[in-house]
Amino acid sequence: MAEITEDIKVAENIVHKKSSVLTDKVMHYCPGCSHGVVHKLLAEVIEEMGIQDKTIGVAPVGCSVFIYNYLAIDWQEAAHGRAPALGTAISRLRPDRYVVTYQGDGDLAAIGTAETIHACNRGENMVMIFINNGIYGMTGGQMAPTTLEGMKASTCPFGRDPKTDGNPLKITEIVAQLPGTNFVTRQAVHTAAAVRRTKKAIRKAFEKQKDKTGTSFVEVVSTCNSGWKMNPVDSNNWMEENMFPFYPLGDIKDV
Amino acid sequence: MKGNEAIAEAAIRCGADGYFGYPITPQSEVMEKLMELQPWNSTGMVVLQAESETASINMLYGGAGCGKRVMTSSSSPGISLMQEGLSYMAGAELPCLVVNVVRGGPGLGTIQPSQSDYFQSVKGGGHGDYKLIVLAPASVQEMADFVELGFDLAFKYRNPAMILSDGMIGQMMEKVELKPQQKRWTDEEVAQMHPWATTGKPESRDYNIITSVELDSEAHEKFNHRLQVKYRELEEKEVRFETTDVDDADYLIVAYGSSARISAAAIEILREKGIKVGLLRPITLYPFPTKEIQRLGAKMKGILSVEMSSGQMVEDVRLAVEGKVKVEHFGRYGGVVHSPDEVAEALEQKLIGG
Amino acid sequence: MKEEIIIAGFGGQGVLSMGKILAYSGVMQGQEVTWMPSYGPEMRGGTANVTVVLSDNRISSPILHAFDTAIILNQQSMDKFEPLVKPGGLLLYDPNGITRHPERDDINIYKIEAAEEAAQLKSAKTFNMIVLGAFLKVKPVVEMENVLKGLKKSLPERHHHLIPMNEKAIQRGGEIVKEVTLVKA
Repeated sequence: MAEITEDIKVAENIVHKKSSVLTDKVMHYCPGCSHGVVHKLLAEVIEEMGIQDKTIGVAPVGCSVFIYNYLAIDWQEAAHGRAPALGTAISRLRPDRYVVTYQGDGDLAAIGTAETIHACNRGENMVMIFINNGIYGMTGGQMAPTTLEGMKASTCPFGRDPKTDGNPLKITEIVAQLPGTNFVTRQAVHTAAAVRRTKKAIRKAFEKQKDKTGTSFVEVVSTCNSGWKMNPVDSNNWMEENMFPFYPLGDIKDV
Repeated sequence: MKGNEAIAEAAIRCGADGYFGYPITPQSEVMEKLMELQPWNSTGMVVLQAESETASINMLYGGAGCGKRVMTSSSSPGISLMQEGLSYMAGAELPCLVVNVVRGGPGLGTIQPSQSDYFQSVKGGGHGDYKLIVLAPASVQEMADFVELGFDLAFKYRNPAMILSDGMIGQMMEKVELKPQQKRWTDEEVAQMHPWATTGKPESRDYNIITSVELDSEAHEKFNHRLQVKYRELEEKEVRFETTDVDDADYLIVAYGSSARISAAAIEILREKGIKVGLLRPITLYPFPTKEIQRLGAKMKGILSVEMSSGQMVEDVRLAVEGKVKVEHFGRYGGVVHSPDEVAEALEQKLIGG
Repeated sequence: MKEEIIIAGFGGQGVLSMGKILAYSGVMQGQEVTWMPSYGPEMRGGTANVTVVLSDNRISSPILHAFDTAIILNQQSMDKFEPLVKPGGLLLYDPNGITRHPERDDINIYKIEAAEEAAQLKSAKTFNMIVLGAFLKVKPVVEMENVLKGLKKSLPERHHHLIPMNEKAIQRGGEIVKEVTLVKA
């Protein structure tokens, strides 16, 4: 058997391979988590554009805090919410580099709202990737700024009540209003087709950076089956039925 | 030139790469002067008004992570907001320069000069076991000189450095000699000098990670040990201070920054009365001139620690002399600046009696 | 030589800039100088004062509680700083708006009708230069050529055409300053 396996490992038989930008480290994400897919897409785009040596990433605080273990580019690990501030300085001091920030909803839309709004409003030249799963995954399922009305979390165990817990925040629509953004889109990675569209969006965001015309912002509506307490399939279904109506997919701005 | 303006001029001349700040009295002239001088046209230095002090310090993190010489300036409440970022930078071993033109607190407090941020600066104002390198200028000339010194020490030890000034030194005008313009480091020089920096991963090296997180406690303890070794080296090699009139002195005043200037005038008054008083002025507040205070203290009848606070540095002076000499504190605070007469009177009352 | 001066009046009277010109003049003469303003949240109005020290030697404290000279331009400043003039020192004031004139007999008192003179010159902005001229007449701590250099240094280039007018005002101040002799009750 071993010999046969080795036999078929020839160039002409390869239909898909792991991106060279991905490291061999085993990801720590829960089965069904969207982070791994988005990491892979990001790695593929960086590889395909041949910009591994020209890209500087900024990692968040949240489940993807260790993204720097998985993609072989230079990384800076930011304090919670401050990735756009780091990105601002990096892109201004190294305008010859691609800068990409990667953040979750608590990081980007709660504690770091000011940094998000102002970096986008100044039009800092960077790609911002925003994973929105409506919950705090790392700390164990607390309410996020994007938690839907009625959605349960450990800090709103009877469902989010806007009267007491406030309303879910559509930060991406806000960001699209700002003159500094050149491309704002909302995607998902729950089907093969959606994965392809998200990859295209990330690629486009990076291509946009060549002209230095502002911030390119990609939201990925995601699942958190551990936090949502569902299996991965049910999570995807729940996302389609509940998240997408409130967070509709597609390009919001492209200038 | 004003102390605050000297900071701006010196920053450009020493080849700083970036300034990120947020306006606050009494130090807004730093950014105003930089914006007026437009260094992006001459040296290529980036100057940006950020949305907050929180953003400013994190911009420093980003810039320093790229191996660039980046700085900010603020005053007490703004510096409080930066403590999270400073702890992260110390934890990620990133060099930067922070200028604190101190005003009276707590809270929004007053915009008048104070020295009440000593604890916050030298004991580590944020979370975790870390230190800042702290320089205390006593003149406008030193405001200018310490910009370059601060950057040099910050990069030598890969640690944030702070210029701890106050509203008096910041607003005061004195003569200054500025150094000639130095070149900024090129991107190639940065990559060579600072192989740890995130400059874009070339084929020739593994990728760099700037981070302060380590979830394995044993590994994190080891990292902390390494920080402590660095701090011991700082304490061994980088202590700076100035002494005046100490050889024949019976009493010693320990004072930094503007209090050292005021104390020098107080010493003139006391010496005219025949009371022999000397001055030890710490220039580095961390590392603190502990040994020198101990050595000089052994010869003194008493020590007065003079600072515009309710008594912060006095604790370090007491620790230095280990109870062998009487150490008293004097200082007006909350934005009130003591006069030379008040300092002279306090020394007589507290150390001599009557 | 060491001259410790407080200049005090309303914000907008040119108190700080007068101190600045004096300080720059000292620099031009090779002296050590410090210029220490009071600063507050308000940009206009309110009281403003500045301490200027000119010295041949290194200056220790830029903050003082006794002065060789007090230049006083409003009543609040008179109340605050008259007692702080060193015995034998100088108090120079503009009587315009002063309701309680100086009373000490152990100091030298001069008055300069600068507000009135500036009004006659139809140039309110020369007010502080008239006062400066009066001070330099009584205490010539810096030479006139260095004052002109200091003036040039402290004025932005676009205002350099105003230098002759300011020079004239300084001269005028020197001409009209008057010594005050207290009449004992």
